[in-house]
Amino acid sequence: MRPVVVAGAGMIPFERRDEDSLVGMMAVAGLNAMDDAGLGDRAVDAVYVGNMASGLFNHQVSVASALVDRLSLMPAAADRIENGPASGGSAIKNGFLAVASGYADIVLVVGGEKMREVIGPKATDIVAAMTHPSAEYIYGVTLPALAGLFTRLYMEKYGVTREHLTMVAIKNQENGLLNPYAHIRMKITMEGVLTHPQAHINSPIVADPLHLYDCCPVSDGAAAVLLTTEEIAKELNKPIVTIDGVGQATDTHTLQERSDPTDLKAVTVASERAFSMAGLKPKDVDVAELHDAFTILEIAESEHAGFFPKGEGAKALEAGETRIGGKLPINPSGGLKARGHPVGATGVAQAVELVWQLRGEAGDRQVKKATTGFSLNFGGFGNNVLAFVLRRKS
Amino acid sequence: MDIEVEAYLRPPEMYMPPYPAKVITLATGGKLVIRQVTRDVVPTLLQAVKPTLEVERDYYDIVGARLYAELLGWYRYRVRDEFCLVGQIEGLLVGIVNTRSFSPEVDISLHTLAIERGLRIGAHLFAAKMEYSIEYLGRKEVLITAESPIGFRRWMIEYGLEKRDGQHELGGATPFALTRDLYFRNKDRLVAGERPVPADLMEVAEREIIIASEDDILEKILGAKRRLVQ
Repeated sequence: MRPVVVAGAGMIPFERRDEDSLVGMMAVAGLNAMDDAGLGDRAVDAVYVGNMASGLFNHQVSVASALVDRLSLMPAAADRIENGPASGGSAIKNGFLAVASGYADIVLVVGGEKMREVIGPKATDIVAAMTHPSAEYIYGVTLPALAGLFTRLYMEKYGVTREHLTMVAIKNQENGLLNPYAHIRMKITMEGVLTHPQAHINSPIVADPLHLYDCCPVSDGAAAVLLTTEEIAKELNKPIVTIDGVGQATDTHTLQERSDPTDLKAVTVASERAFSMAGLKPKDVDVAELHDAFTILEIAESEHAGFFPKGEGAKALEAGETRIGGKLPINPSGGLKARGHPVGATGVAQAVELVWQLRGEAGDRQVKKATTGFSLNFGGFGNNVLAFVLRRKS
Repeated sequence: MDIEVEAYLRPPEMYMPPYPAKVITLATGGKLVIRQVTRDVVPTLLQAVKPTLEVERDYYDIVGARLYAELLGWYRYRVRDEFCLVGQIEGLLVGIVNTRSFSPEVDISLHTLAIERGLRIGAHLFAAKMEYSIEYLGRKEVLITAESPIGFRRWMIEYGLEKRDGQHELGGATPFALTRDLYFRNKDRLVAGERPVPADLMEVAEREIIIASEDDILEKILGAKRRLVQ
């Protein structure tokens, strides 16, 4: 396989973007990535679009074809990739394979979702379409509900507390304040969302024990990366950030079929595969972007990806190891919790953040001397997971 | 001024017991002081409402224009039995709500303008004016409608309002009502605040109603749209 370089990275601020169309948002993100790469007149060979549910959210399908037309990239190949909230990660994987295999030299990967076109309960229902139709969905299961059940089990098994969950929220919202692309740019406090006698009014229960501030917002947004070969990247004169490891793994569709529902096997296996391909270990990672759609997931993923032993993630969080400036900064972008979670865009936005971090372009949230980054994009409720290892070449 | 004509045009006023100020600890840890204001501060409040007049997002323009007129009408004695509560954080005005009493039994909720967003300030202020109508003025119900779908959904989902026949005085939209029963059923979940407000917080709030700059108000309402990155 040929080495694959992320030559360009770009996104648009995640938020509620009433005035923008899905394809319009993706086009701007794509242009930002192509501009960042200094692509000029070079032709893009293929476009991969990560998008979960444009047909349901926006009554529009074939969005990859629409995007190619909007950007005048014809006759580039174009595909929409759907893998639930890991659609962005799957799109990057497909772009990676296209360049690595020699099928394409220049690939644009764009992730986008416009979720705020529908009201909150409807958005939750659309996202719940990824659950098992007859074993979960018909009983009213939603992703927050699954996350609530998972959290309760995790608390009982590993001693994670609501204080730990709130620490994740506080940390990531602080990081989001440093990220001009973040949907939520607001500092929160333990008193305001947890310990004050009336904090339950600021942060009501969503799915016990998860409260409002344990959940990511519903966002609109798009992000893009431009992938190419080392030879072309050198001509573009950009810092070389390569995708050294790609891992993907699956698990049972329903949570109830797992022998231990707190064991996120797909996270473990996808991470091991990514590290194995990169020839690295978790200890080599300088900065990580994890899929904290719910605060518990940052803690659980940090353990299952191999950064901390099981049951130790919350302790590392407590010790400040996952803050910017800590031993392993997690989600300096603010993560899904603060940057936002337009589902199809998330996996690509994670890659964008890593590229900026590894190039030293992350501004006030820059992790010092970061040369190796890791991202994890969590599909379903952990039933289809992608992991990536990115490195800055000296 | 022709006193005789003015006597016809100026509505009589019903006595309303004062609304005791309260303080709410926000998710940020910030302290939101909610207090009743008198008509003499209306010119100051209008400075904060004016920038919203051209903001289409979430119907801020219509809410702003109507609130502007209601406050001005109250200031110049052309609205009957209106009251106004404001929300301040360290003196800064972050929201305004107003209501008009229709009768000793029914209040008509007029508008909720949140200048700071994402902290439930609009929701806290809305709850405060319901608290005033139901608990302090003793109304049986408050009639409610909304211009913005966001406001409508919030009040409907959070309080489970009852539908009413007829029209709300803000126009032909379907009116809904918050009854005493609904209010007390939802109070623990939605109505926050501690009394009395500590003297230092109250002193800051009363010393001056600080109005953010027009740019700051638009930034708060429109969010990242006004930031440089696109």
